[in-house]
Amino acid sequence: MAERSFSASHLPGFTVVALAVFTMLYVPIFILVANSFAVTYSASLWDGLTLDWYAKAWENEAVQSATLRSLVIALSASIIATFCATMAALGTTRRRAFKGQTLIYVMINQPLMVPEIVTAVALLIFFASIKVATGYQGLGYLIAAHSAFCIPFAYLPIRARLEGMDLSLETAAADLYASPWMTFRRVTLPILAPGIIAGAMLAFVISLDDVVITEFVKSGGQDTLPTYMMGQLRRAMTPEVNAISSVLLVLTVLLLTAFFFLTRKND
Amino acid sequence: MTNQNAVEARNVIKAFGQGTSAVRALDDVSVNIQRGEFFTLLGPSGCGKTTLLRLIAGFEMPSGGTILLEGTDITYLPPNQRPVNTVFQSYALFPHLSVAQNISFGLEMQGKPAAEVKARTDKMLALVQMEAMAGRKTSQLSGGQQQRVALARALAPQPKVLLLDEPLSALDYKLRKEMQIELKRLQHETGITFVFVTHDQEEALTMSDRVGVMSAGKLQQVGTPREIYTRPVNRFVASFIGETNFLPASVVPGGVKLGCGAVIAVEGLSGQGATTLTIRPEQVRLVDAAEAEAIPATVTNLVYFGTDTHCYLALPDGAEVVARLQSPSNGEVGLQQGQKVALRFVPGAAQVLAD
Repeated sequence: MAERSFSASHLPGFTVVALAVFTMLYVPIFILVANSFAVTYSASLWDGLTLDWYAKAWENEAVQSATLRSLVIALSASIIATFCATMAALGTTRRRAFKGQTLIYVMINQPLMVPEIVTAVALLIFFASIKVATGYQGLGYLIAAHSAFCIPFAYLPIRARLEGMDLSLETAAADLYASPWMTFRRVTLPILAPGIIAGAMLAFVISLDDVVITEFVKSGGQDTLPTYMMGQLRRAMTPEVNAISSVLLVLTVLLLTAFFFLTRKND
Repeated sequence: MTNQNAVEARNVIKAFGQGTSAVRALDDVSVNIQRGEFFTLLGPSGCGKTTLLRLIAGFEMPSGGTILLEGTDITYLPPNQRPVNTVFQSYALFPHLSVAQNISFGLEMQGKPAAEVKARTDKMLALVQMEAMAGRKTSQLSGGQQQRVALARALAPQPKVLLLDEPLSALDYKLRKEMQIELKRLQHETGITFVFVTHDQEEALTMSDRVGVMSAGKLQQVGTPREIYTRPVNRFVASFIGETNFLPASVVPGGVKLGCGAVIAVEGLSGQGATTLTIRPEQVRLVDAAEAEAIPATVTNLVYFGTDTHCYLALPDGAEVVARLQSPSNGEVGLQQGQKVALRFVPGAAQVLAD
């Protein structure tokens, strides 16, 4: 079989490199999860299994309020971002090509390219002046900031779905007496739905996980789960934080698995 | 008084692009399509036939001219307000809906009562013999079945005109033949005016009541299949529809003179000087050299096509003529390359064409 096509798996050392990479990726996570069940504080000693840390985290009022705040922000931000992303995706695919289309595309995806710390500092200054002017101190700033950086994550799967859609379907709907609104509601939207749901889930996970921008934008007493955990770690390693991380890990894996199935081509 | 024209296009122009780079996809096209007829727009790709169809459907607006539907001006009406439906080349079936939901879509959008939608959908499913597939997703259907659903979906709202954009081009030869017969049956049973776009001249000839031959954005000729085949108005139509021989000739009293000196009688000639004579291969006969008006020729090649054999002949001046001979039962026409023969054109079959 001399003419067999090139296969990377036949390169020398392929197996070793692959195993090393997967080890580096997953061993730390495995240790984190294992430690969340450990009896003692020490990360190096192993002396038994317990669910105490989960119970402790669950009962901790600071964790409860941070979790609730994280969920409120992630839910609001993912809904707003997905709505904006859907409009943007329709606007960039359902019209004739125009000059500066690439520029618009880059601008929508700006949060993917601009360093997060730059956005964080910019938002800090911008929101500070609004805070002074209006006196408003609420969660609105965090929701606005999260919505903004979640847009590209919601936009990409929606746009991919729209571009994969046969344009003659919308023409056919118009031919069959559907008004532009009915064409959107009965044809475009149902076909787009998996992309919208996938985009919303991705935005949700990204928002839930954010530290940098949240840390800069939040007012006093507005800790989200990740910033709370970071605050705890400044003092000492606690298996409680491991427990929270493990729960976040499970939640994220579940959402991303659902995302994978939604964006698969043949549904 | 009712208008006998289902569709009337008056001086329709469609230009794409702007300024000096503008291209006229349709250049002053006027045509009347009568009620209940099977009308075919035939032409090579890029001739403007699909553009004309899209203007009738309302997917695009003309740059000039008027389009009338049963006497009413619909030139700038959006597609959802035209009682015209389309069968798309790609079928464009809604992937998220079942076969029955696809068929009922147009009826629902028209706001028909549920009972009527159900009854008409069932009738359409029966018409295209897809009752057993009503609940299936369209992705589970074969190409031929998708074609039937697309037809049923477009026919369900009982349009005044059904537009078909090369609907058979994606099907294999055998299925295409079946669907040609099926389309004729559907047109006969529904009585709806069909406007069919194709680049396949055989399809156009076998299915149509009338054919409009298009080239370079212009309608070259409109007529029955027999008219356009036997009496093409110009060289393009003659060469696009079927096969034909072109021979340089000059006009003489009573007919035209070929390069080899033979004079062919052609009626109704006007003008003089150089011209082109056309004769279909099946109108060329091999005859005895002693026969009147026989032209001597040499066999240069023989190509076997099953029912026919094409015999390539060289006239004394070198001009080439193809004769289509019916193959005998053993397949041998009894000719050989280089053999000296004589040919004759069937009287009245040869024509002089404008270029």
